[in-house]
Amino acid sequence: MSERQLFVLQRLSALVMAPMVLLHLGVILYATRTGLSAEAILTRTGSTWLWPAFYAAFVLAVTVHVPIGVRNVLREWTPLSRGAVNGIAIAAAAACLILGLRAVWAISGWAA
Amino acid sequence: MTATDTTAPVPATPRGGTLTVRLWRGDASGGDYQTYSVPRRDNQTVLDVVTEVQRRQAPDLAYRFACRVGVCGSCAMMVNDTPRWTCRTHVSKVAEGGTITVAPLRNLPVIRDLATDMTDFFDKWQKAGGRFQGSATRDEPMAQVDPSSKARRMADAGIECINCGVCYSACDVVAWDKDYLGPAALNRAWTLLNDVRHADQKGTLDKAMAQGGCGSCHTQGNCMRACPVGISPTRAIAGIKRMSLLDFIGMRGR
Amino acid sequence: MSARRHGSYAAHLGHRLSGLALALFLPAHFLALGLALEGADTFDAFLAFAEMPLVKAAEWGLVVLLGLHLFFGLRLLLLEMLPWRDPSDDRPALIGWGAAAALVLGGVFLWGVI
Repeated sequence: MSERQLFVLQRLSALVMAPMVLLHLGVILYATRTGLSAEAILTRTGSTWLWPAFYAAFVLAVTVHVPIGVRNVLREWTPLSRGAVNGIAIAAAAACLILGLRAVWAISGWAA
Repeated sequence: MTATDTTAPVPATPRGGTLTVRLWRGDASGGDYQTYSVPRRDNQTVLDVVTEVQRRQAPDLAYRFACRVGVCGSCAMMVNDTPRWTCRTHVSKVAEGGTITVAPLRNLPVIRDLATDMTDFFDKWQKAGGRFQGSATRDEPMAQVDPSSKARRMADAGIECINCGVCYSACDVVAWDKDYLGPAALNRAWTLLNDVRHADQKGTLDKAMAQGGCGSCHTQGNCMRACPVGISPTRAIAGIKRMSLLDFIGMRGR
Repeated sequence: MSARRHGSYAAHLGHRLSGLALALFLPAHFLALGLALEGADTFDAFLAFAEMPLVKAAEWGLVVLLGLHLFFGLRLLLLEMLPWRDPSDDRPALIGWGAAAALVLGGVFLWGVI
């Protein structure tokens, strides 16, 4: 994957995520007012397939955006080699994807 | 008259008081600041001060200058930790508590004292796709370029660069990432990308967006604030990013 | 270096540091949400822990950091995708407004949890 492609992916994932972050912030702020119990949260997120779909898309965007950002910071602020930095980025991507989709599954209510 | 002839006539009137000058002395293997004292004078520039130290106190001081009137960029050094043209820096504006600190330009290897090796800077100029490639011969008519066209105005805004290295020294990403081509080289690429006569548009864009290229610029803006000629590499690099994005989705109009 | 004492340098630092903080927070966030897989009781136990004032303060910080990262990032997207109005106009006003908007979001969060 070339630097140019990574650059484009970083910007595209940012564009995709901007409205998602606003919606997520809206959800958080709404939830703080209406109740933060397991029942309240899970009833809302399990009420329609749209919530898991939204959050799954969010996880995919995060999986692209976070590792590329972290990679840049590691390359510029640490003495780690290029190979090490790429390895950490890939590991971060895997962590975001696996833990993220697991969390989506958890709040979807489909596991029950 | 020898280099340390203290009986030689003094060029300008002293105005009283002395200036403490810390100059970095050393070479590639290391060095440290040494402190000198010169009389305060009217209209004194940092270059005047460095020159006075070299002529009257430290004849082996290595430093660069040429025009001494702010058009060549040779005298660029770090003054109080900021890259500047020393011939255009009045001591009265930068002396903090009667002291100035002068060091070789940041981000470049030191040759000796205040003189740096600018090889990397010029190599990166080429690596960023800065070599002009013509497409016409002498037998064809001259290219008709409208000076008021958007592309030409973009190019004109960047072509006054005299390669002084101040922006390169101001840039933190250059300090952090040795592969980063730097603001001057990428600004140069931008001028070629906006030059209708430049035949290797694709080559230049590819080089400017490759590893070490525009993707590493984080829009900190140190370069545009430091440039003594008023060029904005930050804007140029943003322009290349935009051009690249449009090119990527097949919408780059020419 | 005095070339650094200006808004867009602060914006870069804010964007980078908030991004790092969020990147470090995310796995913890995903793991916490994953507790719902172990049943509503386990999830509730965690949410009760998260009611502690120190945790709420950390959450407030994260909301503000997310807002900062978002708004400073939007400024970058504007700078990289729209033609500049002026050679040195790197939209410094958006830095102040972005920080203010992030604090407003933090304020709404506080209003919700207090």
